[in-house]
Amino acid sequence: MNAWLPKSVAGRRWLGLAPSYFVIGIFMLAPMVIMAVFSFLEPNPYGGVKPEGSMAAYVKLFFEYDLEDKLVFNPGYINIIFRSFQLSLGATLACLAFGFPVAYYITLQPENKRNFYIFLITIPFWTNLLIRTFAWIIILGRGGVIETPLLAAGIIEDSLRMMYTDGAIAIGLTYSYLPLMVLPIYASLEKLDFRLLEAASDLYASRLEVMTRVVIPLCKPGIIAGSILVFIPCLGAFIAPNLLGGGKKLMLGSLVQFQFASARNWPFGAALSMLLLAVVVVVLIFYARAAKKQAAIAGGS
Amino acid sequence: MKHLLTAVTTAAMLLTTGLANASGELFIYNWTEYTPPALIDKFAKETGIKISVDTYDSNETLLAKLQSGATGYDLVVPSQNFVPILINEGLIQKIAVHKLPNFKNMKEKWKYPEWDPQQEYSGPWQWGTTSFSYNSELYSGKGASLKEFFEPSGELHGRLSVFQTPDEVISLANIYLGLPFCSEDAKQMKQIQDMLIKQKESVVAYNSETMSDLMSSGEAMMTNHWNGFSRLGRTNGAPIVYAYPKEGVVGWYDSMVVPTGANNVENARKFINFIMDPVNMAMLTEEAGYGDAIKGTDAYYSEDLKNSPEVNPPSDLKVFFAPTCSPKAQSLIDKVWTKVMQ
Repeated sequence: MNAWLPKSVAGRRWLGLAPSYFVIGIFMLAPMVIMAVFSFLEPNPYGGVKPEGSMAAYVKLFFEYDLEDKLVFNPGYINIIFRSFQLSLGATLACLAFGFPVAYYITLQPENKRNFYIFLITIPFWTNLLIRTFAWIIILGRGGVIETPLLAAGIIEDSLRMMYTDGAIAIGLTYSYLPLMVLPIYASLEKLDFRLLEAASDLYASRLEVMTRVVIPLCKPGIIAGSILVFIPCLGAFIAPNLLGGGKKLMLGSLVQFQFASARNWPFGAALSMLLLAVVVVVLIFYARAAKKQAAIAGGS
Repeated sequence: MKHLLTAVTTAAMLLTTGLANASGELFIYNWTEYTPPALIDKFAKETGIKISVDTYDSNETLLAKLQSGATGYDLVVPSQNFVPILINEGLIQKIAVHKLPNFKNMKEKWKYPEWDPQQEYSGPWQWGTTSFSYNSELYSGKGASLKEFFEPSGELHGRLSVFQTPDEVISLANIYLGLPFCSEDAKQMKQIQDMLIKQKESVVAYNSETMSDLMSSGEAMMTNHWNGFSRLGRTNGAPIVYAYPKEGVVGWYDSMVVPTGANNVENARKFINFIMDPVNMAMLTEEAGYGDAIKGTDAYYSEDLKNSPEVNPPSDLKVFFAPTCSPKAQSLIDKVWTKVMQ
């Protein structure tokens, strides 16, 4: 045995885990601590921060100094946060509506085909998200893939003006994060015992009841995991809002980016990130509670 | 253990050879569609230095990137009003541009400009104007006044594109409303804010990169534009006319500077000297389509460039160069823009 190894089991365990502590510390905790500290500092007029403590960034979330330097309530940012929630929720529901049937369909395939289908689901990840989002400009845009045939057939007379709207943002978000919904739902459906479905039918459950009372409750962990995986990145998304929304309707992600790049208010950008982080943590706690409950029910039965 | 040591040593050796090769590289960070590939190839052929180019869409983005610390860029191209900010913030370094052999080629008018009086930091890239362009087949107006851009008529509803960052938009608004640049007066800024919020009803997108695409697809009928970039869109086939409004336009002068902590300062100086050669500068102007500050370049211009309306403004055009704003004025600008963006 090498002499430099710690003698105790605990010491060795710690040494074995050290690389992961190191990675988590450097790549996850350190940046978050930096952001947290920045959010309590004064902004430097030309970008960066001044080493003076301040709560201004958090005050700014709800109040503003108007052009005459009076402190007034400002619903602007709350509106942006509300809009982000709305769009993210919409995209999550849309992902669920499309993702669940796809996952269910794949589960029903013979085993050798399933892996191939899952492989197909992951293919979009090989291309950069920016490029895939640009493709939607060609699809939705004026004179694009959707409009041109409709115009030629005389069904519509003018452009549908689908680009640069909230709808375009929602489509972009749904498209971007759909695989993240399909994969966890598939993972939980795959473990489903299909004899239960037969049993339910034998007990006179209608098809709808089989779905709502057997399949969905059993793959609930997958649905929740998928929803979280979609909802959280949607909240912070900024490529789709910028490219497909035309940067007119800011969402949280673009608002953060705007604070760091154009408005040069790093503390406020950091405070917004902290807010986003807090929301994510709350959602995850909610998820952990639900999962615990689920496990308790499963254990009890 | 021995294997690990070998691996570490090999990695270390690879890294150091990597560093040795770095002397033959130059990392440029420039505006979108502003660095002609032919020029890069020519420089590489003459010097053996390999150039990589990244792009940005505004002075604000550039400033934020440099402010965030080590970026690895050796050469960046800010506009005149951002050069003093970069100097004061210690983000760019003295490289004695006035000592470069080709400095003698610079037009007297542009030598030792007010934003770099000793010409210690900056070498010339291009200068031009900011105004707006319109689609002459779709839009009924003639671009005679900034009113058409800031108080758009009904036909422009949902068909107007505006830059994504405040710098030039607000300067242009100052010109239209006859207000001073970098105003520290809240009432004046409120006037601009109200106008921009009203204008937003007609805006299809806030964008500083794909204006020509928006125009050629017809998504936008009018857009904020730079004269040379507008020419680029027109020569690519879209019916785009660059407007010279009677109130005047914003002028700007972009120059090459070297960030503090750049790895390849000498290569950057070589590149600046290379660009100040009339033959090379003419190549740049030909592609970018703005104006340059080097003597004797016009001998190399094509007829097409010489006759382009985008580089031949009416003789009575008023061009206003924006100065660097004070922190107070800047914070008002940021407030207005944040408000408009909400």
